[in-house]
Amino acid sequence: MKATVHVFLKPGVLDVQGKAVESALHGLGWAGVSGARVGRTIEFDLAETDAEKAKAEVKAMCEKLLANTVIESYRIDVA
Amino acid sequence: MKAAVVVFPGSNCDRDCKVAIERSAGARVEMVWHQETALPDDLDLIVLPGGFSYGDYLRCGAMAAQSPVMREVVKAADDGVAVVGICNGFQVLTEVGLLPGALLRNAKLKYICKPVALDVVNSQTRFTASYGEQRTAVMTVGNGEGNFFADEETLNRIEGEGQVVFRYQDNPNGSARDIAGLMNAKGNVLGLMPHPDRSFDPDLGSEDGAILFRSIFASA
Repeated sequence: MKATVHVFLKPGVLDVQGKAVESALHGLGWAGVSGARVGRTIEFDLAETDAEKAKAEVKAMCEKLLANTVIESYRIDVA
Repeated sequence: MKAAVVVFPGSNCDRDCKVAIERSAGARVEMVWHQETALPDDLDLIVLPGGFSYGDYLRCGAMAAQSPVMREVVKAADDGVAVVGICNGFQVLTEVGLLPGALLRNAKLKYICKPVALDVVNSQTRFTASYGEQRTAVMTVGNGEGNFFADEETLNRIEGEGQVVFRYQDNPNGSARDIAGLMNAKGNVLGLMPHPDRSFDPDLGSEDGAILFRSIFASA
C-alpha cells in the first residue's frame, strides 16, 4: 500500500514560511490570497495490505516521529 | 568530575563543548557517538551540543531524538544525572520529551548569530547557583529555529514551577515569554538556545557561559 502523510503546523502556531509565501504572492499581484500555510508531505510504500491496519501503523509513525504533535497536526491517506 | 558530550552526525559544537567544559570546570570529558548503547560510568553531566544533527531533516532534532544513545540519556536523566542541551541539543530535548514545548522557525525568518544579554531568572538551580548575585549573563546565540513555543497552560505551569532559567532581555526570535532556557520539573535537565560553549573566555567576548558549567560541577 502507498501511504501519504501531510504535516502542517497547527492553527494558532505562527507559520512564518506561510506568511512569507503569502506576501510574495501578494507582491506578484495575487491580492486575493490569504491563509497560506507551508507543510510537508511524506510518501512511502507499506508492506501491510489491510487498509485499517496500515492506517493504524502510519498513525503510530506520526506520533513517534513524522509529526511533533506539540506544534503540528497530520493527515493520513492510505491507498 | 566527568562529563560526556554526545556527537550526532551533523553536530558542530561538540568540540567547543568539550573545550568549554574542560577549561571552565576542569572536568574530564568523553565524546559519545550517537549509535552507542551505553554511556560512560559515573557521569556528572551529559551535554547535547549544537549543530545540525541529521541535517535538520524532518524537524530540527527529530531524528537525533530517536538515536540509540538517547534511550540511555533519558534513563540517566531519570536517574538524576544533569543533562544540558544547547541550541540543537535543546531542540533534541524537546523532541525526546525531556523538556516541554518546541522550537519554531525564528519569527522574522532570519538566522540570528550574535551575543545576547540574558536575565538569570532562577539562580536557585544546579545550573545557575554560581551566578550568585549576578543577574545578567551574556552568551552568543546562533540559530534559525530558536523561537520557543508552548501552549499557554504549559507556559503558566513552567513559570509557576520556576522552570524558566534564562530570559532574553531583548527577544531576538519571538520566543514565548522571552524564554531562552528552561529546565524540567525535577531540575536536572536544562535546554537553552544561547551557547555557553561560545562564551567561556574573555577572548570570546564573554565568560558568563563558564559559570554555568562551574555551577553544575559545584553541585555534583
